[in-house]
Amino acid sequence: MPSFSGQGLGCFRGGRLVFANLSFALQPGNALVLRGPNGSGKSTLLRLMAGLIQPLEGRIQWSDSDAGITDDPDLHYGRTHYVGHADAVKPVLTVTENVAFWARLRSPQSDVAGAIDKLGIAPLADVPGQFLSAGQKRRVNLARILAVPANLWLLDEPATALDVDAIAALCDAIAEHRAAGGMVVASTHQNLALTDHAVLHLSDYITEDPALV
Amino acid sequence: MSSFITILSRDLKLAYRQGMDSVMVVMFFVIAVVLFPFGVGPEANILARIAAGVIWVAALLASMLSLERLFDADYEDGSLEILILQPITLEIAVAAKVTAHWLTTGLPLIIAAPVLAILLNLPADGFAVLISALALGTPSLSLIGAIGAALILGARRGGVLLSLLVLPLYIPVLIFGVSAVDAGLGGFPFKSHLLALGGLLLATLALCPWVSASALRQALRS
Repeated sequence: MPSFSGQGLGCFRGGRLVFANLSFALQPGNALVLRGPNGSGKSTLLRLMAGLIQPLEGRIQWSDSDAGITDDPDLHYGRTHYVGHADAVKPVLTVTENVAFWARLRSPQSDVAGAIDKLGIAPLADVPGQFLSAGQKRRVNLARILAVPANLWLLDEPATALDVDAIAALCDAIAEHRAAGGMVVASTHQNLALTDHAVLHLSDYITEDPALV
Repeated sequence: MSSFITILSRDLKLAYRQGMDSVMVVMFFVIAVVLFPFGVGPEANILARIAAGVIWVAALLASMLSLERLFDADYEDGSLEILILQPITLEIAVAAKVTAHWLTTGLPLIIAAPVLAILLNLPADGFAVLISALALGTPSLSLIGAIGAALILGARRGGVLLSLLVLPLYIPVLIFGVSAVDAGLGGFPFKSHLLALGGLLLATLALCPWVSASALRQALRS
């Protein structure tokens, strides 16, 4: 299983340097929790890792590829699941249709029903997205990443709007994913019950260098 | 190819369940055309003379009306972000979305056009040319429009901006579309006009998905 790492990352957003000289490394089975106050760049770092934006400096790559993730995006996208702030649930599609659409784009074989069941939304399988609460929509979005396996999960505040049971289901899913050699990077203000995870404090990387700012 | 079918069938399903979009586009088309006899008077000769132009201009405006939502709905609910992060070719995803757009807005216009042509007293020998010209021209409208729809993501008052971006690019399609019908009515050969429309379609097909996809990537980087 390949590992995933980034070296010397700096990111410039909205006219300021969000962080600089940030490095991380994930081995198979590892979990990294991003912490820091609002605006410290947790979401930005996750979007960098996802390949949605490019770093100002530094490089993110898989251990078995010489190319950075933005140079070989299809390899990276196929290995990565990203869960952002928006849940991408279509109001007129049912829960199953929403999950199945994303699953089918990645792989003809997927376990949509199993994923829906794991997050406790099986009774809602035929309910259109417009009738779901915020927490239920979040569960649908998380079911999307369970339906087709991928090496790396990038979770941006995954526990937002989730109740206690759903957070437990999410933690179980993460544990199962890691046991199979998967990696997780999550930003969170709540305490996800993850075992032996590393923590990255983004406030350590805020640069005050006037030459850079 | 399977991603093309997956996205196409999902967009068609969305359009079918939301329903109103296609109906509104056709209604707009019909109403815009029906306004002309009131504006220029009911003289049959004048209406027959302007029928092709009126139908084409109304079709352009109607097709543009629905373009704003082509990517915007996916952009707002986060689907576009996730779509870009799938291991699929984004250009194919764009082509699928444009195809769905044409099937739900362009095709109904072609079906409604003969009825409006009768209303405007278009001579019977112009019908076949009008339908062929619309069938070749409206896919180009959706393809060109996709570039504008991708460029306006995140912009305020995107609809107005979209029309400023897209309408000038529609002019070649309009010119050949109308002149094909005029040639047909005058008894001249119209094949070359239809070939020009077909050429435009091939050119937009080869170009627009790529331009539109890079505009989408750009929109999500900000």
